[in-house]
Amino acid sequence: MIQLGHIASVIGLVTGAFLINIPLGYAREKSKKYSLKWFVLIHLSIPFMIAARLFLHVEFKYVPFIIIGAICGQFSSKVGDKLFKFFSSVKLAAVLIAVIAFTSIIGTIIEQNGDPQNNLKLIERIFGISSAPNIYSIFYSLGFMDMYHSIWFIAILVLFCLNLIICSLDRLPRISKIVNEPLSPLKSGAASKFSIHKELNLKGNIENYRGKIEIFFKKLGFYPIEAASDIETQFYAQKGAFTRYGIYVTHLSIIIILIGSVIGVFFGFDGFLNLPEGEVSDVAFHKNGSGEQKLGFSIRCDDFNVEFYKDTDRPMRYISWLTILKYNKEVKKQVIEVNTPLKYEGYTFYQANYGPMPPGKGVIVLRVTPNGEAEEILKLKVGESFNLAGTNLTATVVQFAPALAFDKDWKPFNYTEMMNNPAVFVVFKEKEETKLSWWVQKRYNKTWEIPGGHKIELIDNWGGQYTGLQVRKDPGVWLVYLGFMLMVIGLFFAMFTSHKKMWVIMSSEKGRVIINIAASANKNRTAFEEKIDNLSKLLS
Amino acid sequence: MGSSEFFGLATIGYIVAMMFYITYLVIKNKTIGIIGTTITVASFVSHTAAFILRWVESYQLGMGRAPLTNLFESLTFFVWCLILGYLIIEITYKTRSFGAFITPIAGMALGFIELSGISKDIEPLMPALQSNWLLAHVMMSFISYSAFALSFATAMMYLILKTKDKKEPFYIFWILACGMFFIVLAGMAIDFIQFKLITKTSGELITNFLFKATFRAESPFVVITSWLVSIIFILGLWQYGYILRNTIEYFKISEKVLEDLTYKTITIGFPIFTLGGLIFGAVWADQAWGVYWSWDPKETWSLITWLIYAFFLHTRYIAGWRGNRIAAVAVSGFIAVIFTYLGVNLFLSGLHSYGGMK
Repeated sequence: MIQLGHIASVIGLVTGAFLINIPLGYAREKSKKYSLKWFVLIHLSIPFMIAARLFLHVEFKYVPFIIIGAICGQFSSKVGDKLFKFFSSVKLAAVLIAVIAFTSIIGTIIEQNGDPQNNLKLIERIFGISSAPNIYSIFYSLGFMDMYHSIWFIAILVLFCLNLIICSLDRLPRISKIVNEPLSPLKSGAASKFSIHKELNLKGNIENYRGKIEIFFKKLGFYPIEAASDIETQFYAQKGAFTRYGIYVTHLSIIIILIGSVIGVFFGFDGFLNLPEGEVSDVAFHKNGSGEQKLGFSIRCDDFNVEFYKDTDRPMRYISWLTILKYNKEVKKQVIEVNTPLKYEGYTFYQANYGPMPPGKGVIVLRVTPNGEAEEILKLKVGESFNLAGTNLTATVVQFAPALAFDKDWKPFNYTEMMNNPAVFVVFKEKEETKLSWWVQKRYNKTWEIPGGHKIELIDNWGGQYTGLQVRKDPGVWLVYLGFMLMVIGLFFAMFTSHKKMWVIMSSEKGRVIINIAASANKNRTAFEEKIDNLSKLLS
Repeated sequence: MGSSEFFGLATIGYIVAMMFYITYLVIKNKTIGIIGTTITVASFVSHTAAFILRWVESYQLGMGRAPLTNLFESLTFFVWCLILGYLIIEITYKTRSFGAFITPIAGMALGFIELSGISKDIEPLMPALQSNWLLAHVMMSFISYSAFALSFATAMMYLILKTKDKKEPFYIFWILACGMFFIVLAGMAIDFIQFKLITKTSGELITNFLFKATFRAESPFVVITSWLVSIIFILGLWQYGYILRNTIEYFKISEKVLEDLTYKTITIGFPIFTLGGLIFGAVWADQAWGVYWSWDPKETWSLITWLIYAFFLHTRYIAGWRGNRIAAVAVSGFIAVIFTYLGVNLFLSGLHSYGGMK
């Protein structure tokens, strides 16, 4: 502990020396070189540092570090200035955008986290077989096989972020000055210098036009201010100054999205859980293979089912019936599908995939309706038998097939191990003598009709499948969504609105009125000009 | 009549209209131009009918979904948006001269459908696509794609108009971009003739036979000839590119209008692409798969496209780029769009594989 405290004081002292010297160095640069003031500013911090070192009992051997800290502080303003200039350049932004775009292209060509064989083949095709292994190992060590998570790619993204922040900070003061600046009347003769300028020479006097001009402004959505001098009367107004912030809102949104995604990476959980029908789990597994994570509650898969488009193998719905248990009590039940996940205590469970359990697992559920008798739900295992009520027949479930089909010799086989067409082979016996053997197929209701007027329907092989759940906890996702919203708002103002200014100056001359209209817009000037053109016809 | 008949009519109509627009550009006869517009409008109406009917038919087949789910449907929707955008430009700018540059993009997309042999069936939706986000995401993506296609056409026209010197990099740039489009399409046409009309080989054309009759043929002679012909074609284009410039000049389309149109279509396309393509896509992925961004090839290429158009806007606003440079950026942006849309589906695999050929 003493050791740690000592190191902390050393670090504190070095940081202190650095911080004190930042303003001193800044002031030094402003003063004349080798002047007394210059000399004092360099050495001013030394007595304080000596005092602090003795007070904190920092050993003498650490003095060089303190001096380095002080020197760094002295020069930081210069370095900081240079860094600021470097990061505020639009050229850097252009270069970074190009670099991100180009490297991303490489990342889409090389299969990310893919089978090494595929990527090796790709490299063979481009560079030839002989040099491929070497090139592959170079690419591998540069992180191209998982490029988007490599240190250098993330470093580029961080640089881009810094660039974005500093570029925006660099421009914001200027922009906020423009936004907050109240509009002032134009000096005489300045109107003609505007990109939008019209001059009208009309009959009458100024008072005739006052009302018309107010309407003119209102129609454009402006609230004009009036200023009068001996020679002229001016109306002027501006609108949408704040829209200049739109692009900065968009920039901010990108930063927020990136912060949100970083939070997700560091504090989130990205995992999966393969849960067989009927089973419960209180953990989920990390995707990267680093073990399991306690959920703090349990999740049970009550059932899983795939529904197919009629008589085809095209899946229509993947459905899991899930139950959340806390302290062995059911607290939530939900049916999930691909686009409707279950959310509980910060975790989200997505329907991701599914698969079969080893053969023999699961209970076969049959709905049996013997001829003229009431229906009955039976749960059986393969090999088990039941009596068909009203007859002397014993039915035995001999075999279960997940995806039954027949080849050209009518031999049965499974065309996939998934439960695309589950079927059971039932053998009917009367006193050890086989009367009938029959495939009951879930998909085809004709196979449910057994000769003799009986009906057997295969409802499910419950416990024969597992549902594959993607489990995620992302405490940063709300920031990402906030960023999305800000981005849309920012883009709307940046692209579709503009800061408009307009002045209308009236002066009378020999019984006529000369009206000068001057206006500007930082975007979509032509549209604004057209509006002014159309409205100015109202004046004459 | 069903949707496919209406669509067939529209396809033929667009191609005929394209011919009329090109003829109009060459012989400058006003009647020809009016006929071109009339056919385009009629085809557009027929196309709209096909779109609605296909939607209705999907309900009759018991699937009930918007016709925007596979490559065929999205390509035709792209053409629909593009033609709509073109008609708006034709009316607001009161000129038909853009027709000869925009209808070929529609023609290429339609030709691609035929030549690639992609499935035109109404197929049921896989579970991941059954979401309300589908309509918003796909529709907005393609609206933005067609806005970008328009900006591509006007930027291309700008480059053709403004580059006078054959050694100028921007002249070479547009010659290469233009030449490549035609070579790819011609290559596919030869595949189509070779494998579908002559040998009648089974199997999907594009996945199995792309350039197998030309650049990827088994005989080295054919390969070398294909390359030679392509090079000669591009050199010819390079030599006679001025003819195109002269025709555009004849119509007195000002370069300012072209630059303005390029910029305007991008300012419309960019926010729609950001919202519908990237943001809605991310939100949907978050709901369906639990990841809003996974660097899958489609996502990455969308990001690349987005970066190029962001680059366009920034160089224009801040660096004050104008003229050839910015037009070249707009052209590159649309090349990225094509790759995002078709190239990723054809060459790269990923989450968006259902947009693919199989």
